[in-house]
Amino acid sequence: MTHYQLKYKSYGERSILIEWPSEIDKYILHDVLIMKSCIQKNISESILEVKNAYNSILISYVLAIDNVNSEILVLKSLYLKKKYQNHDSKKLWKIPVCYDAEFAIDLEEIASRKGYSKEDIIRLHFEGDYTVCFIGFLPGFLYLEGLNNALHFPRRATPRIAVEKGAVGIGNSQTGIYPNLSPGGWNIIGNSPVQFFDASNAIPCFANAGDKIQFIPIASYEYQEISFLVANGTYKIESEVING
Amino acid sequence: MVEITKSGFYSTIQDLGRYGFQSIGVPSSGVMDIQSANFANLLIGNSENDAVIEMTATGSTLLFHVDTTICITGADMSPLKNLVSLKNNTPTLIKSGDVISFGKRSGGFRCYLAVLGGFKTELVMNSRSMYNNVTAQHKLKKGDRLEVLKINSDRSYKNATLKFDTSLFNENYIDVFKGPEFDLLSESQQNLICSNEFTISDANNRMAYQLIQKISNELDAIITSLVLPGTVQLTPAGILIVLMRDCQTTGGYPRVLQLKESAINILAQKSTSQRFLFKLIG
Repeated sequence: MTHYQLKYKSYGERSILIEWPSEIDKYILHDVLIMKSCIQKNISESILEVKNAYNSILISYVLAIDNVNSEILVLKSLYLKKKYQNHDSKKLWKIPVCYDAEFAIDLEEIASRKGYSKEDIIRLHFEGDYTVCFIGFLPGFLYLEGLNNALHFPRRATPRIAVEKGAVGIGNSQTGIYPNLSPGGWNIIGNSPVQFFDASNAIPCFANAGDKIQFIPIASYEYQEISFLVANGTYKIESEVING
Repeated sequence: MVEITKSGFYSTIQDLGRYGFQSIGVPSSGVMDIQSANFANLLIGNSENDAVIEMTATGSTLLFHVDTTICITGADMSPLKNLVSLKNNTPTLIKSGDVISFGKRSGGFRCYLAVLGGFKTELVMNSRSMYNNVTAQHKLKKGDRLEVLKINSDRSYKNATLKFDTSLFNENYIDVFKGPEFDLLSESQQNLICSNEFTISDANNRMAYQLIQKISNELDAIITSLVLPGTVQLTPAGILIVLMRDCQTTGGYPRVLQLKESAINILAQKSTSQRFLFKLIG
């Protein structure tokens, strides 16, 4: 198993930041998630929060850190023995998306500037194999890795004040779904009726870092049907267990 | 039960925050000035995590439908009980029918009102702190009815006045540590940040405080990484942004400084056009 050269940095009085090489890379993400799981399993009682991004982990302790160097040594030794740990199984979530014109307000512009048909853009988007790298920006906003290079498209010069809940967007090399009405600068190519964040649910967000996402294109009438089930609380997102 | 009869500029219910959910993008939230809020709870024998009302810039008006005890701390907003002056930092007995209101603010920006046993508003993901799309409402409004405990004892706290050093609110220095990207700054940028006086812009709220003076900057954005309340970001346009309690969990700007936890409390009591300096410690 690869061992990267990590940097450990003190961050305020109560946190330590661990950094991997500065790039977005699925092997790095894999290593980050294994380390995160090791930290959660081994030193959970002294930790308030542990969260990851593409190439970093931030550990916030319950109490101010007495001796940063000794905490860093604990983390370094966890990293060295990480290969002996099992990590959690991951899931593949099948997310329905309606790419119809009523939702896909920026699809025409992307297609014409890219010189593709709208159908090509949609197909390239739903054929993608996406990995949830982490969740941030808004509660339930998934940062996904895996957007086809052909679909990379700059953020809008001026962000919109209100992007619809469920809007599926493209911003530079990233794609994602707005879990709630929010300001946003990504180009909108569809909408998903699925609830990505529900504070009243025992599991407020179904996805976890490391899970896979597949987009399933649906027609407008299916969108209405699923929306109805979601509102009733009877919709279940289709998923499969996959090997991490 | 306590009824809000006037909302004030921006009043919310807050406890010490929501933990364990940042990995699904949920901010920690919680009282902006932990020290003042803790003091209010402490003076009436509450736990530190009991929910209080945080009032920003102007006070709310509250009609009590219960006998209880309250304590007001933080910014001095000239509190009144039935139109008679009250003191901050002093427990006050309340009879059902009493009205607490506020007047002119002098010193500080955020005022805390604690009630015996804490406000029993909805508990969402282990916290009562209000936040958009997490709790049903993100701020208090006229007509809200807040549950509180019914207290049968007549515990009196007449003698429990404690001195709270409000000169802290006028502190000109904000203590900071180096942030993860501090060393990427040039020496002249580092010197500027650590010696210039900065002014708080009108873009200041529970999420972040933007500062007016710019730092000329050639640093690119970073790969989206992790941030905390108290992180100071430097945007490509050279603007410094101090993240506060409702900040997002991730961000893509270089993190040049990190406020000491007590400095977040001090900054939370400052507002538009007030000035301060960063003081690098540790």
